[in-house]
Amino acid sequence: MEFTRRETLALGAGAALMTVLPFRANAAVDDLINEFTGGAAVADGGLELTAPEIAENGNTVPIAVSAEGATAIMVLAAGNPTPPVATFKFGKLAAAQEASTRIRLAGTQDVVAIAQLADGSFARASKTVKVTIGGCGG
Amino acid sequence: MAATALYGSSGFGNWARLAAQQSLTQDQLLQFDTFGNVSLIHVTDIHAQLMPIYFREPSVNIGVGGNKGAVPHVTGADFRKLYGVNDGSPSHYALSSGDFEALARGYGKVGGLDRVATVVNSIRADRPDAILLDGGDTWHGSYTCHHTEGQDMVNVMNGLKPDAMTFHWEFTLGSERVQEIVEGLPFAALGQNIFDAEWDEPALDLFPPYKFFERGGVKVAVIGQAFPYMPIANPRWMFPEYSFGIRDENMQAMVDEVRSKGAECVVVLSHNGFDVDKKMAGRVKGIDVILSGHTHDALPEPVVVEDTIIVASGSNGKFVSRVDLDIRDGRMMGYRHKLIPIFSDVITPDADMTALINEQRAPYLDQLTEVIGHTDSTLYRRGNFNGSWDDLICDALISEREADIAMSPGVRWGPSLLPGDAITREDIWNVTSMSYGEAYRSEMTGEFIKVILEDVADNIFNPDPYYQQGGDMVRVGGLGYRIDINKPQGERVTDMTLLKTGEAIDPAKNYVVAGWASVNEGTEGPQIWDVVESHIRKQGTVTVDPNNSVQVVGA
Repeated sequence: MEFTRRETLALGAGAALMTVLPFRANAAVDDLINEFTGGAAVADGGLELTAPEIAENGNTVPIAVSAEGATAIMVLAAGNPTPPVATFKFGKLAAAQEASTRIRLAGTQDVVAIAQLADGSFARASKTVKVTIGGCGG
Repeated sequence: MAATALYGSSGFGNWARLAAQQSLTQDQLLQFDTFGNVSLIHVTDIHAQLMPIYFREPSVNIGVGGNKGAVPHVTGADFRKLYGVNDGSPSHYALSSGDFEALARGYGKVGGLDRVATVVNSIRADRPDAILLDGGDTWHGSYTCHHTEGQDMVNVMNGLKPDAMTFHWEFTLGSERVQEIVEGLPFAALGQNIFDAEWDEPALDLFPPYKFFERGGVKVAVIGQAFPYMPIANPRWMFPEYSFGIRDENMQAMVDEVRSKGAECVVVLSHNGFDVDKKMAGRVKGIDVILSGHTHDALPEPVVVEDTIIVASGSNGKFVSRVDLDIRDGRMMGYRHKLIPIFSDVITPDADMTALINEQRAPYLDQLTEVIGHTDSTLYRRGNFNGSWDDLICDALISEREADIAMSPGVRWGPSLLPGDAITREDIWNVTSMSYGEAYRSEMTGEFIKVILEDVADNIFNPDPYYQQGGDMVRVGGLGYRIDINKPQGERVTDMTLLKTGEAIDPAKNYVVAGWASVNEGTEGPQIWDVVESHIRKQGTVTVDPNNSVQVVGA
């Protein structure tokens, strides 16, 4: 386990606010997706989302998205108070339609990506990223 | 006190030697009809155990999700029934729990790297170009390893001449020390999932993903897989330059790469843990053999997942696996496997290796062999929820640190002692030594204690092995609880009770909690081995009563 006296006091104070349940998808997520797709159907496949299963540091989680021929890819952290992370737009001259960045996650939640593909259709990928207190391993 | 007195202290030494020798011979243990054209030798999770030890296998090892009731989550009599192992046989003692004390007195100690050397040499006599692979957790876990920052193990393992290695606890020596050792290693340090944390790119300079070996006319590629969750399970601040993770998409890319470079046989030297290896074998195509480490399981047969065999070789120097492969036309046509138990009284030590081990221990012998107390109980660690060593450590924390509740990390390493044994300083260090052993003491609310238990419980009982962080359940002293392992995180732990009053834990109330092995930088407190030593000294002879304070539901 892992608590200094000082940090435990800080953690203890935060514990009242901290839920032990995985963060629920923010209701705004569906609205954001609808806004991005204009209400069009979203299929699985055609979009790759790479993210760790368990974050080494919830404050800076490396993620990457890639969808061949996509014109735009939106990334949402479904459980964050403010879910939008980024929307990457790819011009006609882009050699590859992929992007990577680091995001902050408030707790265990799904990271969701929606891509607009070359033919105008939409694809979705999501992955649960766990944010844990850690320790005890071995 | 002489080193021999330490190990003869149960008073059964000679009898144990005779009993073991009557039922077993070295030839029987080493018997193997050489097969195919490639031989692999696997050792893993030695945890710096140079000398023979006792090691009790777990009686509680619960599988969840798709692994419920599947090996290695089968223990005791169920395990023996599954594999057709006779009660009271050498295999019973080596592989399963039950009658541990009686069998230990009969069959004696296990392990000792001088015995391991004899086995490795014997395999090399059959197959001179056998590939020896070390799955990691090698440079951690003893008094001498701590004081030499892993140098004792490096020296001794170099004597065994491995061909490659991967890593976990090694990194808790700190990245600078790891880099220093790895730069001088006469064999490959592999890890396809060892990345530079800043750039999220492979840390290729010191840790290449794979290495090719040309053996028996076959091109064999060995890919390393370090423990994926090191920066979470262990202190990230000790190796901030590195990032890990499972990264099975990169594993697939590496398998494809070595195949395209002509690999006819692909071996993954893994520190994933068994269930993660099983899942990986189902997702990554083209791996022939996974040599599995981390979860300390010892299985008498490989587990086959599609076209991949997974070999589990135990821990603490107790076993060596030999895997012979028939590789033809770029395919694995067949295999022959033996998990060789290292019965210390049966296998003759290799004299050169004994001398090398003694050389490492000589400067510390007085410290190692000092008797601190005795035990009336079997002291062991393995088990999902508790072990008597951790019960004793929690008792020490509560009493020495004046705490209501104690927490001890759910690590899997640490040998066992038998009733009547002396407890030496070496024995205490074998179950406590680490580079972040400070014993903290702090106040936590009942609610926060529950948050911790729920968090750790999900790290062992999440139904998806990729979301299991790697350890057993945190062990607690002074606290009872009920756990329903099939519930989601946040709902597993109920009925938390402060044992000293019998009262329910009040979420709003503060409790004094003592523990050790914090992953936070700047943790303050005495070293855990000093806390435990002081406690045992006061007790003289320790007795650990059976621990019934955790009620498990849904196993």
